Amino acid sequence: MKGGWIFHIGRYVKLLGSLFTKPERRAMYWKETARMMSDFGIGSLLIVIIISFFIGAVSAVQFAYNLSDSLVPMYFVGYVVKESMILEFAPTVTCLILAGKIGSNIASELGTMRLTEQIDALEIMGINTSSYLVGPKIVAAITMIPLLVIIAAFTGIVGGGIASVSSGYLSQAEYLQGVQSFFVAFNVRVMIIKAVVFGFILTSVSCYQGFYASGSAIEIGKASTRAVVISCILVLLADYVLAWMLL
Amino acid sequence: MIEVKDVRKRFGEQEVLKGITSQFLPGQTNLIIGKSGSGKTVLIKCIVGLMIPDEGEILYDGRDFTKMTIKEKKELRKELGMLFQGNALFDSLTVEENVRFPLDMFTKMTLKEKTDRVNEVLSRVNLQGANNKYPSQTSGGMQKRTGIARAIVMNPKYLFCDEPNSGLDPKTAIVIDELIREITLENNITTIINTHDMNSVIGAGDKILFLHQGNKEWEGNNKTLFETDNVELNSFIFASEFLKEAKEVRLRKMRGL
Ligand SMILES: Nc1ncnc2c1ncn2[C@@H]1O[C@H](COP(=O)(O)OP(=O)(O)OP(=O)(O)O)[C@@H](O)[C@H]1O
Ligand SMILES: [Mg+2]
Repeated sequence: MKGGWIFHIGRYVKLLGSLFTKPERRAMYWKETARMMSDFGIGSLLIVIIISFFIGAVSAVQFAYNLSDSLVPMYFVGYVVKESMILEFAPTVTCLILAGKIGSNIASELGTMRLTEQIDALEIMGINTSSYLVGPKIVAAITMIPLLVIIAAFTGIVGGGIASVSSGYLSQAEYLQGVQSFFVAFNVRVMIIKAVVFGFILTSVSCYQGFYASGSAIEIGKASTRAVVISCILVLLADYVLAWMLL
Repeated sequence: MIEVKDVRKRFGEQEVLKGITSQFLPGQTNLIIGKSGSGKTVLIKCIVGLMIPDEGEILYDGRDFTKMTIKEKKELRKELGMLFQGNALFDSLTVEENVRFPLDMFTKMTLKEKTDRVNEVLSRVNLQGANNKYPSQTSGGMQKRTGIARAIVMNPKYLFCDEPNSGLDPKTAIVIDELIREITLENNITTIINTHDMNSVIGAGDKILFLHQGNKEWEGNNKTLFETDNVELNSFIFASEFLKEAKEVRLRKMRGL
């Protein structure tokens, strides 16, 4: 990529600015949004479930192991798994995974469209390409990614329960007691805010990388790698900023 | 009619178009020919507005494209169809959906009307029955036809084709050339074609603009083409020994030998 970072930030802001133009035909934008929603949502469901299940399971077992000789009551395992899933693991880890999956997908799809002149073809027809190609993806991401994150939190808590109860550290009743204790609704809100912000970051950054891809096919690979790396860094940075602002 | 007046375009140090002036009339196939790298694609992209010329005017029946507002440009673009060098079909849509796309986006037709129009256009380019295939499941020639169908589905007044027969066998290439020519005549379209295929030059050259190193080196048609003594044009046309010989045979015949 040529140009300094100021050039990229400027062009990124301009790309996002074009989202606020009037769609040529609303129905077509919705159709594209629905396609992206099923792509992002259903396409990522399985991997999100698998990974969050194991994160919940591993953190429950490790925490239970650390608690087993202490005076802290065992039901704390449930509480800690719940809190760590909701506040950190579900939103952040899920979005890092999605940066890899959705981000590289978006960047290579748009990059291919750029290099095979499909974007030019849309442009020629008189379509506002940036808003048609980027808008639906962002809308789909900021609706589907929070849903995926909620599912991840739930699966992680279930996974933690299954793992810690089946390995005999505590009873199912104790685990459930832990999950239900000290419930803070605000933390769930933080989780959803994080999911929306991270989802926005990873889709917009990946769209940017793909939309302005140029050169040869090798460039598409590079653009999607860049999309993933930059998204991950920005997601972690935003995680830190949000933690500092919200908590 | 499309007029270009003194169009210039440079990329950094390299001046790719050095002031091109020409006119392209409706109802005929206007060809832009020239060696690889002579600026054909850049010129066509400047005309359709995918690139902005540094200087010069581009007039669509008197309307200056370079001075239009975004809204006016959008309106004009509905009158304009383009076939891309690599077809630029949308991978995620079927042949039918590709062709229907402009109708979906810009017209208020019912699904029935749209489907009828799509089928009409598909049969015009001899693609009946391929409706539900994805572009990747069709041959290169079929993809070209799909591209043509999509370009003409809105009844454009102006049609642009960048290398319409690159990557096709000679016979299919001629079929595609003839198809474009027929559609141009039927609907009185102003058609501009980029090519370096000599078959199309001879077959479809109602008007020929020869670009050389960013300049308009020569202008004429497929009749005057063979009588010119322009050195660059001759070296372009008769790049192959076979054609050189063909020219001599032809000249001998003309002189009645
Ligand atoms: N986006 C661009 N940036 C920089 N230089 C460019 C760009 N597009 C084209 N050029 C340069 O402009 C010149 C003309 O290119 P163009 O694509 O118009 O050639 P062409 O006549 O279409 O060739 P071909 O027959 O191979 O398609 C080339 O030297 C090319 O390097
Ligand atoms: Mg070219």
